[in-house]
Amino acid sequence: MAKKENKNRRDFLVISTYAFGAVGAGSFVWPLIDQMNPAADTLALASTEVDLEPLEEGQAITVKWRGKPVFIRHRTKEEIMSAKKENLDNLKDPQKDEDRVLNEKYIVLVGVCTHLGCVPLGQKTGDVKGEYGGWFCPCHGSHYDHSGRIRKGPAPVNLEVPNYKFLSDKLIRIG
Amino acid sequence: MCKNITFKIYFFVIFLCLGKTCLAASTDIEYPSQDWSFSGIFGTFDKASAQRGFQVYREVCSGCHGMKLLSYRHLSGLGYNNEELKALSAQFEITDGPNDDGESFVRPGRPSDTFVSPYPNEQAARAANGGAYPPDLSLIVKARADGANYLHALLSGYKEAPKDFNVPEGMYYNTYYPGKLIGMPQPIYEDGVEYADGTKASELQMSKDVTTFLAWASEPEMENRKRLGVTVISFLIVFSILAYFSMKQIWAPIKKKV
Amino acid sequence: MSKNKSKNSVVEWIDYRLPIFTFLNHELNEYPTPKNLNYFWNFGSLAGITLVVMIITGIVLSMNYTAHVDYAFDSVERIMRDVNHGWLLRYIHMNGASFFFIVVYIHIFRGLYYGSYKAPREILWILGVLILLLMMATAFMGYVLPWGQMSFWGATVITNLFSAVPLVGESIVTWLWGGFSVDNPTLNRFFSLHYLLPFLIVGLVILHLVALHRFGSNNPIGIDAKGKQDTIPFHPYYTIKDLFGLSVFATIFAAAVFFFPNFMGHPDNYIPANAMQTPAHIVPEWYFLPFYAILRAIPDKLGGVLFMFGAIAVLFILPWLDKSPIRSSQFRPIYKLFFWILVFDCILLGYLGAKPAEGIYVLLSRVATGYYFFHFIILLPLLPNIEKTRPLPISISEPILSSSSFSTAAAVREKK
Repeated sequence: MAKKENKNRRDFLVISTYAFGAVGAGSFVWPLIDQMNPAADTLALASTEVDLEPLEEGQAITVKWRGKPVFIRHRTKEEIMSAKKENLDNLKDPQKDEDRVLNEKYIVLVGVCTHLGCVPLGQKTGDVKGEYGGWFCPCHGSHYDHSGRIRKGPAPVNLEVPNYKFLSDKLIRIG
Repeated sequence: MCKNITFKIYFFVIFLCLGKTCLAASTDIEYPSQDWSFSGIFGTFDKASAQRGFQVYREVCSGCHGMKLLSYRHLSGLGYNNEELKALSAQFEITDGPNDDGESFVRPGRPSDTFVSPYPNEQAARAANGGAYPPDLSLIVKARADGANYLHALLSGYKEAPKDFNVPEGMYYNTYYPGKLIGMPQPIYEDGVEYADGTKASELQMSKDVTTFLAWASEPEMENRKRLGVTVISFLIVFSILAYFSMKQIWAPIKKKV
Repeated sequence: MSKNKSKNSVVEWIDYRLPIFTFLNHELNEYPTPKNLNYFWNFGSLAGITLVVMIITGIVLSMNYTAHVDYAFDSVERIMRDVNHGWLLRYIHMNGASFFFIVVYIHIFRGLYYGSYKAPREILWILGVLILLLMMATAFMGYVLPWGQMSFWGATVITNLFSAVPLVGESIVTWLWGGFSVDNPTLNRFFSLHYLLPFLIVGLVILHLVALHRFGSNNPIGIDAKGKQDTIPFHPYYTIKDLFGLSVFATIFAAAVFFFPNFMGHPDNYIPANAMQTPAHIVPEWYFLPFYAILRAIPDKLGGVLFMFGAIAVLFILPWLDKSPIRSSQFRPIYKLFFWILVFDCILLGYLGAKPAEGIYVLLSRVATGYYFFHFIILLPLLPNIEKTRPLPISISEPILSSSSFSTAAAVREKK
């Protein structure tokens, strides 16, 4: 009996040693993984300021922010009307146009298709804009409307609106 | 067996010390040792002192010395919060560009900007300083043997040159600089800055503060490193003890036979 | 384990087709190991583990490093300041190099003391010396990567060694540099090779282990195991002993990484490389200092280089230089004395390597260099003729021999 107890104690000691070793080795793995997360300088990457002054009604510009394109479109009255009057029931990812803009004249979107990350067409005058007149992703055929909302195709959600604010009437800072 | 381990550690320590003496032996000048807040295994940076030191750097050193490895956001390590950093960095003028017209422009700084350099390049720096190049201070404490004590000694080492010692034009006599002639005029004078926190800006105080700041700039990870080190080493000591007794247990039958 | 194995049908299925489990069981579990190994036999496994740690931290560091003269220094500082846990990984890698050499040097001196290079372990030993050579090349090129002053001038001085080669020396150096000085092409190729060589080391380590397992470990007594009573299975006895050794090693290693990370480094390497200005005192990393001392001890350029490489080359033929059939120093009183003189000599060379090449240091370097080669080339072949060895025990299990009579090595050979 005493012998058995002794043996148990020994097993416990050895097992806890191995467990300690495993925990030690395991925690060494974390820094190896974590180093691949964005570094402090990447996280602090400068925000981008965009002057909207030269952007006339109906025109669009693309700026780079955090390595990705940001679409800025100065929408026409018709485009704003069409985006606003859309019945939310028709939308795959229902969102009011008002909730997606700060100033209804300007729509600011991250130009990355929410399906698999391609850059949709529709910024240049000659581009295919898709069935809803906004943007069209050529990779797998996602159609976005004037508010950047997904209307048709495989993309699950609307184009992302980045964090931005108006510094003055015609100057925005993204990020 | 215990003796064996002690011997091993002893051997190792001797080995290291010997190596270090050889390497350290290359410097001839001894610097007076100061009582730094950041020395020792549990040492941390005196944040208030380092903040004052940053003020000294800004108002005195930064005229000639850049710190290009630091960004304003790094100063959060000295205890500044985000709003303070934004306000602080906005006081600096950053040359950015090119803009849409292809030209450089000046804008207020942001926390993500690196410290503004006083000169656009090394040639400009040399031209403005009579051929001497004011070194970048980002790593100065790590880049000199016994860095903190050296800096402190250097900053307070400006003395009247002995009569028979010829000090050429544009050079200054400093007891702690190798060769005793340095191209940098004495940078720190009493009340050279007016400390925001009301501390009396004596020469000694300023020199200590700026050294603390530069020590932090060289090793901003130091506090994390030491803190993590205490945890890791405590863990490993417990692990070693467990492993030792496990080994004794497992080996007991073998040892008995012998 | 071999009995448990048959219970698991999946393991059995795989093992029938790919006998990996049988192999591991045979080599790591049952593997018969002399039961009298002391702590100096821990350093082989420690070296292996350190190699793995170096490779792992090296791979992740390379994810954040830029091999370009304009960015290398700053990218290392970015690792130190901005990359998550970057400082930890870099300090582990940086100090790991030193600790790797500490472990390997102890491992080598253990081999020298206990005669582990003697028949039938000559190839095992030679593979080990090859590993040492590759380690040195890897460490040297790794030290260049941060592109500090010591990196740059170390690279310049060491590559210039090859200019001592008659006739083609200059061409070799230009070829090594990929230009007319150490510059961007040099940095790029060193990075590439620094990444490649450790994997060659892994290959050699595997061969080293294959050769080791052919006859098993040597032991402090230096006589072969004569049967089951002399050996114990590797697991659990030596796994737990290696684990204990590892835990102590890791504690010391961690103390260096967390509290004295720059202790074994040089402050000048925190100054960016400058091709226009050499630092006042350039010294190699401590683990090269003995070789550096030999280099400088010889007044001739080519001669210095030859002697320096000769210091390692002599290790390749050591199994044939040492004519004594007795392995362990425990039974060779005179060799034991000279062994410790050699240890002292190597440490002295290391010390001299860090000193300026002037005055008494030059003389001492020559004496120490002289002894180093005397030890291997003259002493070891001749010693068996004059040394009275102590009687060998009958077996590992019966280490004490009743008779205290001394016999010469020749007599022992006769007995065999």
